Amino acid sequence: MAVITDFSKNQVGLKNQGKEGFENMTAKNLVFDTKDLNLWYGDDHALKNINLDIYENEVTAIIGPSGCGKSTFIKTLNRMVELIPVVRISGDILYRERNILDKSFKVEDLRTHVGMVFQKPNPFPKSIYDNIAYGPRIHGIKNKKILDEIVEKSLRGAAIWDEVKDRLNENAYGLSGGQQQRLCLARCLAIEPDVILMDEPTSALDPISTLKIEELVQELKKEYSIIIVTHNMQQAARISDKTAFFLNGEVVEYTDTNKIFSTPSDKRTEDYITGRFG
Amino acid sequence: MVVREKFQDELNELQTMLLELGDFADNALSKSLEALETKNIELALEIMEDDTKADLLYEEINDFAILLIAKQAPVAIDLRRIIVAIKIATDIERIADFAVNVAKSTIRIGNEEHVKPIENIKKMYQITSEMLEISLKAFGEEDVIMAKKVEDMDDEVDSLYGKTIRDLLEVNHQKPEYTSQITQLLFTCRYLERTADHVTNIAESVFYLVKGRHYDLNG
Repeated sequence: MAVITDFSKNQVGLKNQGKEGFENMTAKNLVFDTKDLNLWYGDDHALKNINLDIYENEVTAIIGPSGCGKSTFIKTLNRMVELIPVVRISGDILYRERNILDKSFKVEDLRTHVGMVFQKPNPFPKSIYDNIAYGPRIHGIKNKKILDEIVEKSLRGAAIWDEVKDRLNENAYGLSGGQQQRLCLARCLAIEPDVILMDEPTSALDPISTLKIEELVQELKKEYSIIIVTHNMQQAARISDKTAFFLNGEVVEYTDTNKIFSTPSDKRTEDYITGRFG
Repeated sequence: MVVREKFQDELNELQTMLLELGDFADNALSKSLEALETKNIELALEIMEDDTKADLLYEEINDFAILLIAKQAPVAIDLRRIIVAIKIATDIERIADFAVNVAKSTIRIGNEEHVKPIENIKKMYQITSEMLEISLKAFGEEDVIMAKKVEDMDDEVDSLYGKTIRDLLEVNHQKPEYTSQITQLLFTCRYLERTADHVTNIAESVFYLVKGRHYDLNG
């Protein structure tokens, strides 16, 4: 069983607690709601009874040492984890109140709502324009004018338009690492998702590019809900509203970011964020 | 892990510096009362001169604390340890200044006979000094139960302060020729009362350090 005990009043998003924990969040809607989520890679029990509520227009950070299940967790949210043959899942993942693990939920539908940006920028070996237009084209948009609009809007949304507007037909591989990552973010925005998953999106970037992505996250949360896995604790502290600390496949603590980084409730959280282990 | 151990050593060093400043202030206060009681002008002058050491140590603590924040980007208890060190250093430095103020009053009184035994002032000092020792120990051991003890002691100092002020004003009424000395003794009472308040601040900082919340022990 997951050790989700001894949570103080300030904690939010956890199940089975009194109303007082939700004082400041009544107005927000849930985007994801996992219920007793368990996941196994063969015999390896990688996620243990995860019960997390994730709210819209917030940045939710997932932190924890390597191998604690944080990447596995976010990959369950767009069902990417199913690509691994030995995976077995139990429990529910409600996205906007619908269980995405239900056979009737089409994975293609899910991924138009839930976009993802990865650790290493992974643009297609195509032009900048085609990278962005790829998704909309797959969804049947052929009209050049509409595609042009989507490309510009997405590139602007990812704060890279000014840097690439004069070379949209050049190969995306010619961009710097930081630009490629923003291009991938723009590609994700082109399908107008509801949620953006980010798996260590800045770990391969220099400090300035990192800062640009962090600023973008702050901007994007006005329209999207963002779930970000990060090894950079200062990044989690800077940009997220809530933080979940994972350890050995369990959620040790999930609460307001301000609380996690000032007065965490669990000794293990405190030890991790102050660098005593991990 | 080596980096973490080095940081832990630096936090311990910061605490040691602070306790050293605390001992210095405690000692200065003790000497200032001795100088007042025995009309020892030389000792009073020595206290004034020595205060530079407290100022330097205070600056050193602040610089070290700022460096640790810059280098380590601390969070949670680590951050509170550093912030609290800065706050407590300010309180202790002020206490050392009060000892200097008492020394100055001693010099102004000079060789004049005390218009009245200074028993209450000595009592105020004794309680305040004990409070300081308790609060510093509580800080060193991060012990809130110990820190809580100063709450009642501060009330005691406050009540002694009120009583002593009233007594001195009464004496002033009867012996107006001693007004100058009485003024200095009133000041001394005030310095001790303020010292006790700063010690209470230190105890409150211990609560903040351990609990991460603000407590008022001076209600």
